Amino acid sequence: MTTNANSPQARSAGPRTLGKVRPHQTQNEALLFEKSSPGKRAYKLPPLDVPAVDAVKLLGAARRTTPGLLPELSEIEIIRHFTRLSTWNYAIDLGMYPLGSCTMKYNPRVNELVARIEGLAEAHPYRPESLAQGILEIFDLLQRCLLDITGMDAITLQPAAGAHGEFTGILLTRAWHESQGNPRKKIIIPDSAHGTNPATAAIVGYTVENLKSNSDGGIDLEALTRQVDGETAALMLTNPSTLGVFESQIHKIADILHAKGALLYMDGANMNALVGKVRPGDFGVDVMHLNLHKTFSTPHGGGGPGSGPVACKAFLEPFLPIPVLVRDQKGEEPCPDAGDWEDTNAEPTADGCPPLFRAPILKPDGERVGDTGPLPLHPFGGPLHWDYNRPQSVGRVRAFYGNTGMFIRALAYILANGPDGLRQTTEDAVLNANYIRKKLEDVYELPYKTASMHEVVFSDKRQAARGVKTGDIAKRLIDYGFHPYTVSFPLIVHGALMIEPTESESREELDLFVAAMRSIAREVEENPELVKTAPHSTRVSRLDEVQAARKPILRWKPQT
Amino acid sequence: MRYLPKSDEERRQMLAEIGAAAIDDLFSSIPAEYRLERDLTVPRQQAESEIVDYFRAAGQKNATDYASFLGAGAYRHYRPVIIDALVQRGEFLTSYTPYQAEITQGTLQAIFEFQTMIAELTGMDVANASMYDGSTGAAEAVMMAVRVTSRSKAVVASTVHPEYREVLATYAKHQGLPTSLVGYDAEIGRIDLAALDAAVSAETAAVLVQSPNFFGVIEDIPAIAAIAHAKGALLIVSIAEAVSLGIVRPPVEADIVSMEAQSFGVALSYGGPFCGVIAAKEQFVRQMPGRLAGQTVDGAGNRGFVLTLATREQHIRREKATSNICTNQALVALMATIFLAVYGKEGIRELAEHNLAKADYAAKTLAVHQGAKLRFKGAPRFHEFVLQTEEAPAAWGRRLLENKIVGGIELSRWYPELHNCTLWCATEVVTRERIDAAAKVLATEAVEA
Repeated sequence: MTTNANSPQARSAGPRTLGKVRPHQTQNEALLFEKSSPGKRAYKLPPLDVPAVDAVKLLGAARRTTPGLLPELSEIEIIRHFTRLSTWNYAIDLGMYPLGSCTMKYNPRVNELVARIEGLAEAHPYRPESLAQGILEIFDLLQRCLLDITGMDAITLQPAAGAHGEFTGILLTRAWHESQGNPRKKIIIPDSAHGTNPATAAIVGYTVENLKSNSDGGIDLEALTRQVDGETAALMLTNPSTLGVFESQIHKIADILHAKGALLYMDGANMNALVGKVRPGDFGVDVMHLNLHKTFSTPHGGGGPGSGPVACKAFLEPFLPIPVLVRDQKGEEPCPDAGDWEDTNAEPTADGCPPLFRAPILKPDGERVGDTGPLPLHPFGGPLHWDYNRPQSVGRVRAFYGNTGMFIRALAYILANGPDGLRQTTEDAVLNANYIRKKLEDVYELPYKTASMHEVVFSDKRQAARGVKTGDIAKRLIDYGFHPYTVSFPLIVHGALMIEPTESESREELDLFVAAMRSIAREVEENPELVKTAPHSTRVSRLDEVQAARKPILRWKPQT
Repeated sequence: MRYLPKSDEERRQMLAEIGAAAIDDLFSSIPAEYRLERDLTVPRQQAESEIVDYFRAAGQKNATDYASFLGAGAYRHYRPVIIDALVQRGEFLTSYTPYQAEITQGTLQAIFEFQTMIAELTGMDVANASMYDGSTGAAEAVMMAVRVTSRSKAVVASTVHPEYREVLATYAKHQGLPTSLVGYDAEIGRIDLAALDAAVSAETAAVLVQSPNFFGVIEDIPAIAAIAHAKGALLIVSIAEAVSLGIVRPPVEADIVSMEAQSFGVALSYGGPFCGVIAAKEQFVRQMPGRLAGQTVDGAGNRGFVLTLATREQHIRREKATSNICTNQALVALMATIFLAVYGKEGIRELAEHNLAKADYAAKTLAVHQGAKLRFKGAPRFHEFVLQTEEAPAAWGRRLLENKIVGGIELSRWYPELHNCTLWCATEVVTRERIDAAAKVLATEAVEA
């Protein structure tokens, strides 16, 4: 008997289904170069409207005589090539991506649309400031939002990613110490930290001193007190820690550092646990970076681009990278029409305030909001400009002003959420992590029992007894339709399974994940080989990484 | 909240299952005195339509219908439509760094293709998966040369993009890496070879030049390489305008190439995100910063790709890593890969020829009127040129803006000796009509004045 496709009996997937997934058929696809054949074209240039030139005459010996071996293809082949490749990827759009510390949350599509608006996407970085006020207003509003979210006093958006932000923050630290007469020698870093922290400290010329975590996985106050001395420049602290635990003694940590003149640097990788609930500036942090590609939803894009703004307390402000965005003196006066909430259709005024920025700010019940309400989109009137005259600045950390396209996306995310949405987001992220913890703690070892915030870290202790490691469990998760969690990190947990669901997961998806993890735990008991040889449903099975590293093949070469 | 997939009832049920009475129980590890008891001071929640309106208005405030002759490290080229169509596929857009190779073969193969294309174009053996941008790439290339040579000084051409040099200074400052600057020949705008020869010593780790340089002039790479190599220093060539490689000889004598690939289909976006990349001779690969995709096989002998040589990187080596870089510019590198697939072997040359022709016409047209002259005429250039005027650029710049044209950028900002000199760029998207219009505005008013 044939089942009616609309009937409840119609199964959503075939017999080999594991939870939410079944083996996915993918098409084979060669390298672009292997598909190339001479004479094919995917481009057409318009007719040249100026006289053609003789490259031989103009360039002489500087002319290229051998073209690079780029492929020759038609447009449809390129579309199919990259579309087929894309189907070999897992992505947030396909399901839960619980990579701890990476905050793989939903990337809203309106962000992509607004980042491509012509006046923003086509703006040249050296265009006159008078023609860039729209973009500068976006910088300014994002800066003000991020300052309130972090509770800090000053900010630079220039760093291109989190590690670049760390670099910038430690440069500020060093510059401040130098201004006090001694740059100091070392940076203290907990053993639970991301690898970028020690790598950053080394680039800024500091020696790295490891700080051993206490039995709760947190900062050992006594050890810290012993280690901090007159040569300590800063402690680089991730809070919540990479265990997903908030340092509840944070104020004491700050006090210990400050008593010796050292600074508290916060790695903001885990800011998704804090936004709207607590502010680093309020608990003693002197300087920190944010990851817009984690907390503020800009897409990871297969590894980048990111954006790593650095926020700091007022005493570090003179050292910020150049240039710094400032509003002209006259801009300290509010836009003359800023209070005119009803006049939304007026023509732009001479001071350049377009009607948009005077749009009424209304609470859901229709009440108008005054000075104490949410931030108006544009409360000030004076033009913005870049200030390069900053004698104490650490200098530039990159060309131009930062990853502007990411600022647009991050601001769109903040606008879509508002104060209530940002707080709810944080609460949901923490709720999801605790839900997973509760549902799995009877089958996976929880090495640290301290309260979890936005992520939970298990260990493979029980499964390892059967010869199955965290990496194997991760690979088996792929067969169930999930991206693996972060494997073997933080280093203080042997065989770590670091799970960060983010707020973007529904209860249904979480339950599927829990069911998959529980099922794998059973498989470890009943058929460990199945797990150790996973994944079984992918286009390629486990790849030979040793061979890849021993005899690196890093590019295609034509067959000779 | 439209991005949050839960009802309040579901939240209550989940809390109950966890055994928490209220959501704030889950935040109890945060000391009470630090908890934020008010709303954040950010704009209220906006509807999607309001968000689009806000950014559209910001874009309009920026003014869009200006012709622009700006270049100087950020170049406007036509971006084929399929770039954004493909990079917005969720499987590329919303995927992470491809650490789990079995389910990220798409990203990994695309990186491998990118690495191959960059190596082909630059004349190097290998290229990495990307750096933040051309400026940080150049700084990282110098640090790489220090590791390779175990020497600790760098010689830098003053014709390298001034902001790249500033970034290098920031990076070099705390590494015991002194840099010395070598000037340019005032007639031809190329690095002063005699001064370079004098500056390079047995302690020099690297010579850093840019070609085409900041004035748009193509450097004599073989001559520079000979000077660097004679003293055992590495030659690093920075390329800020990647499209030049369609027609300009690749710097095959270099040891390391640091390139800004923004020109390959990446929007200007007010300066970022762009796409740096480092390419090098094969023997230096283990000192390279950043990620590398490599080809290998799975258990069944199928071809596949993985991130490789990870022992150079921060997540393995921590403070001994070649760089602290983690997140790179992967999606932007994918844009460049698609761009290069569209233009291909012949198209990249044809595109570069169009740029060459436009700039040649623009240079001749703008320099024709009285009181304007072309500087650095004695050496080949790509699509940028330096114009010197009798009238102050601020004056004619205003007139051009009134005619909806953004003229060249003033060089005295970085080179005080280049009084009244401006750097102009004409890519394939600049029309003859706008070039003629700019020339007319420059000439007409100068006569009146």
